[in-house]
Amino acid sequence: MDFMQLISIIIPLTLTSAAPIISSSIGGLFSERSGVVNIGLEGLMMIGAFTAATVTVLVEGPLGIVSPWIGILAGVIAGGIFSIIHAYVSINLRADQVISGTAINLLSAGLTIYLCEIIFNQQRTLAFLHGIKKDDIIGLSQIPVLGNLFFSNVHITSYLVILIVILVWYVVYKTPFGLRLRAVGEHPGAADSMGINVYRMRYIGVILSGMFAGLGGGIMVLTQDIQYTYATIHGTGFIALAALIFGKWHPFGVLGAGLFFGLSQALGIVAYQIDFLSSLPQEFFWAFPYVLTIIALVVFSGKSVGPRAAGKPYEKGER
Amino acid sequence: MIKYITDEKNQRFIVPLISVLFGFIAGAIIMIITGINPIDGYSALLDGVFGNTRKFGEWIVSSIPLILTGLALAFGFRTGLFNIGAEGQFIVGAFAAVAAGIFVELPKIIHLPLVLLAAALAGAIWGFIPGILKAKFRVHEVVVTIMLNYTALHFINYLIKILPGSTNTRTVDVFPSASLSSEFLSSITRFSRLHWGFIVALLAAFLYWYIIERTTFGYELRSVGFNQHASEYAGMKVNRNIVYSMMISGAFAGLAGAMISIGTFDYARVIGASEGYGFNGIAVALLGNNNGFGIVISGLLFGALKAGSSAMALAKVPKEISEIIMAFIVLFAAMNYGIKRLLIHLRKEEK
Repeated sequence: MDFMQLISIIIPLTLTSAAPIISSSIGGLFSERSGVVNIGLEGLMMIGAFTAATVTVLVEGPLGIVSPWIGILAGVIAGGIFSIIHAYVSINLRADQVISGTAINLLSAGLTIYLCEIIFNQQRTLAFLHGIKKDDIIGLSQIPVLGNLFFSNVHITSYLVILIVILVWYVVYKTPFGLRLRAVGEHPGAADSMGINVYRMRYIGVILSGMFAGLGGGIMVLTQDIQYTYATIHGTGFIALAALIFGKWHPFGVLGAGLFFGLSQALGIVAYQIDFLSSLPQEFFWAFPYVLTIIALVVFSGKSVGPRAAGKPYEKGER
Repeated sequence: MIKYITDEKNQRFIVPLISVLFGFIAGAIIMIITGINPIDGYSALLDGVFGNTRKFGEWIVSSIPLILTGLALAFGFRTGLFNIGAEGQFIVGAFAAVAAGIFVELPKIIHLPLVLLAAALAGAIWGFIPGILKAKFRVHEVVVTIMLNYTALHFINYLIKILPGSTNTRTVDVFPSASLSSEFLSSITRFSRLHWGFIVALLAAFLYWYIIERTTFGYELRSVGFNQHASEYAGMKVNRNIVYSMMISGAFAGLAGAMISIGTFDYARVIGASEGYGFNGIAVALLGNNNGFGIVISGLLFGALKAGSSAMALAKVPKEISEIIMAFIVLFAAMNYGIKRLLIHLRKEEK
């Protein structure tokens, strides 16, 4: 296979694999920037994916090709609602945020399959007819060479996510809301004394994380799968967490890390067609993002890169 | 009654009990919403655990690995470490036991301890990585162990496939001398899969209690868990203790893996997603109050939920309900601050 042909396979595959990682990682960014660690991203993705697949199956009869978009919207809403549990437990009840996040993961894994049994009488949703199809992006796909590589036969959701990243960067760094969010995650006491409602900001952060993780889950199931099963998300929420750390809690860092990890997964899929990679087992590519993140953590160590107050419950009046 | 429940002295075990109660109530609410009679569900669960000796045997089988991962998590908690990587240490332990059981054949009396040692050692090595990274570079163990869980999953899946004789889904059986399974135990429990692992779990719980409560080392670990800086000031080697604690925690989790691979199955399986024993260990440890005896009891409780789930499935209750109840118990256990506040509130009303 010649080089250009290979590139033209790898780029769309990378974009498809990266979209759910980036979206969920942006979710994690909102939560952690507000001071709440969210290792429940994996579970929230499951909720989003399950809801998106189920709604798509249920409405595609009458609605046809718009149904996956309604499914994704439902996944976003479900993720947001479900994350309120994590918000309440870790913000109001000051529970250990890692334990609460783990509980979210366990609960989502059980609940989604339980509901599949109730709704579809099997351990998975029915297969949907209308996933999100690959398409040419109007206008941009006409650009010579680049249009063919980047904008032809791709999932439009990948570009939607990239647009979201730009928007999130603007919101987090250029608006008063973003400043408050970051203040609450760095030094909640100081933010409180300036009249910022710490609890409210943290609730917004966690619920946004649920919505973006739900979006990631919805995109994932509708672009990479034919139905929701227990293995649909298979650790992508944790890769998103890795991308957040690797991207140093910055939207563009997250974008870069997400694309990089997406490339790793894409290479895992096509490696057998590439001479110098075909000797590597597929598992190598699956494990790669995790190993890389551990190395990155060691390299970054000693410098404070994460939000300072992340993981610590805030109690009014405490110094 | 209320006075007893709200008495501060009894909170040590009242709070976990309330978490369990709330967990089952939450499970009942889910069943009601989805049109299932919770009484049917829970009576099927009880029948699935106590119905006959075979079911009893399967209950113990389900509890064994949970007790061990519970000990793993608790050991970390006592030192102020959150070993969320028990899942990964479990996977490497399960594989190491099988590898040691395939490559050599020895008299059972030597072979069995050897494979268990291999599992514990593999878990300890997998626990050493986050331990040393925390001690040397101050990298938080939660993130490192999460990453190591998936590294272990993929790495071990690869190793399983390249072992001699392996198919794409499993290895060959280990030599009988390396297996924990027992025809005797199976025959007295109407052919359940009950194996000698229950002795391993009980010995491990005893060892846990002994290390934590009866040795200077255990005292130092608890001291580091309470206040790292004070311990350092008192001349304890905090960094060394962090590494040792992660390794011992990993050893317990590695043993738990062996309980599945050479106890329940006699071979190692390629798995698509982690099976949650390590994560459930969090629930077991929290509920057992990080106490050796308490962990055995809470391990048996969660084992009952796991074992009873197939009986529930027969009664047309999706078996995932047991996972849901477990998750709620973890959630409520995490909320113990809220539960304590509720108890204080109740106490005030009483007065």
